[in-house]
Amino acid sequence: MSLTRDQVLHIAKLARMGVEEAEIEKFQRQLSQILDHFARLSEVDTENVPPTAYAVPLQNVARDDEPRQSYDRDKVLANAPMAEDGYFRVRAVLE
Amino acid sequence: MTTTAIDYEAVIGLEVHAQITTRSKNFCSCSADYANAAPNTHVCPVCLGMPGTLPVLNRAAIEATVMTALALNCEIPLHSKFDRKNYPYPDLMKGYQITQYDEPLSLNGWTEIDDGNGGTLRAGITRVHLEEDTARLLHRVDSVTGEPYSLVDVNRAGVPLMEIVGEPDLRTPEQARQYLLKLRQILRYLGVSHANMEEGNFRCDANVSVRPRGSTTFGNKVEVKNMNSFRAVFHALEYELDRQSTMMAAGERIPMETRGWVEGENRTVSQRSKEEANDYRYFPEPDLPPVVLTPDWIEGVRAKLPELPDAKRARFVQRYGLSPHEADLLTDSRARADYFEAALADADPTDDAARRSLARAVANWMLGELARLQNAHGDEIEAVKVRPQHIRELVAVIEGGAISGTQAKDVFQKMYDTGEAPGAIVEAAGLSQISGTDELAAIVAQILAAHPQPVADYRAGKQEAIKFLVGQVMRATKGRANPESAGALLRDTLGG
Repeated sequence: MSLTRDQVLHIAKLARMGVEEAEIEKFQRQLSQILDHFARLSEVDTENVPPTAYAVPLQNVARDDEPRQSYDRDKVLANAPMAEDGYFRVRAVLE
Repeated sequence: MTTTAIDYEAVIGLEVHAQITTRSKNFCSCSADYANAAPNTHVCPVCLGMPGTLPVLNRAAIEATVMTALALNCEIPLHSKFDRKNYPYPDLMKGYQITQYDEPLSLNGWTEIDDGNGGTLRAGITRVHLEEDTARLLHRVDSVTGEPYSLVDVNRAGVPLMEIVGEPDLRTPEQARQYLLKLRQILRYLGVSHANMEEGNFRCDANVSVRPRGSTTFGNKVEVKNMNSFRAVFHALEYELDRQSTMMAAGERIPMETRGWVEGENRTVSQRSKEEANDYRYFPEPDLPPVVLTPDWIEGVRAKLPELPDAKRARFVQRYGLSPHEADLLTDSRARADYFEAALADADPTDDAARRSLARAVANWMLGELARLQNAHGDEIEAVKVRPQHIRELVAVIEGGAISGTQAKDVFQKMYDTGEAPGAIVEAAGLSQISGTDELAAIVAQILAAHPQPVADYRAGKQEAIKFLVGQVMRATKGRANPESAGALLRDTLGG
């Protein structure tokens, strides 16, 4: 399986990542290798196996609706590259 | 509206997001009551999307969603799961929203609405599913560099949100409005959401296309966003119907796109071409195990459903002899309907006539004076000081003849202002009607002496003259006389 140049550019756009012209071919090759690796799974016969989205046999893990103490804001904002007036500050997102 | 040779109709489907009124968030235990909270004070590593954290589902949010779905006549599959909807935007801390893609909590429902044309319409509900709200963004401009930037408050992120997806069954802006009113009413009856558009906990996006009336195919649909009131939804849809009809009549192709309603300019503007659904790269949320419900549990939720608006309205008509319109108004909110029935609590259940008579009187007060005062003061029924049993007492006081209808309105005004019982108000104000004949007789004598001409007219056979004299008695007693007793006494004294 070989990804096209356009597919790589589309993936980069969705991930909001810039790619250098020289990287495109490299990513085409690398991403194709990853897909090929996972494609090996399709060799397994799953004819009689119901599809599942989970690897762990759990269901209905839920909690009661009880509010608990949140985190201290100063600690929370300490991780932020930019903060202002108690908010996280980010680059403009208006389109 | 532009008139075109061909008659076009709108095909409208609405997507409603309603915040669920749980105490804690959907996937963590931060308080969901963020309305008056300082920014970023209801946050934790889970709702901040820190690596290595695990969401845990709020049981109450599942129940609220299933209850809503049942009220909307949906099927509840026994197996349901959550998915990640990926899109990079700073209102999502994780880079994805936890939502439900192909196995929602409910499917295939309907609700009956007013079709805006004197009839009813069964509007299909595609699904009701559970997801999470996003962070709130503020947009600012840097005072030094002039660069725009955004501020993020994560308090709202992770608050449980239910999405109610409607079928494209609506044909007019008015039907869309009726549909929203109905959803809001049901959500409030269930107590699962404040469902207030202006407060932002009840939001609506619309998918709208047009086609020649009678056609059964669908045109390219346009998604309309940014409608923050019922009025905005109505006007945005009217605008789109007009815009798209005009384009179609001119032979233009209507592009599939997202448009935003611009309040104040009364128009929609193009936002961006609609991304392909697979751009969201939905995939199963590995951090949340599936939800597996049992028929018993679902029936348990169904048993908790309150009487819904349509059933209540029908019962009010049947049991209390109200008109459909009156029943509509009285069942508008569950609180109002409860108030009405609380006022009737003492009515003899075996005496239909007495119950209906009391219901009629209470309905008249509630839809008349009470509604008028509520409107004037902007009070919801919950904030009204008049106790329901006080309305019943007032009705009894009037029927007992202790006060006149005019006085009753003054008494009601005092009840509204103070919350006092009508009996106490009547007594304190000395409003009780003069019932003693002696007291009234003295006043009647004075009036007759003061107005010889009407007296002569009456004696000459002009019956009408008695009305003037009764009016004078009422004036002299400041309305405390019973007009009928006064009339009778005047006639007796005049020998009529």
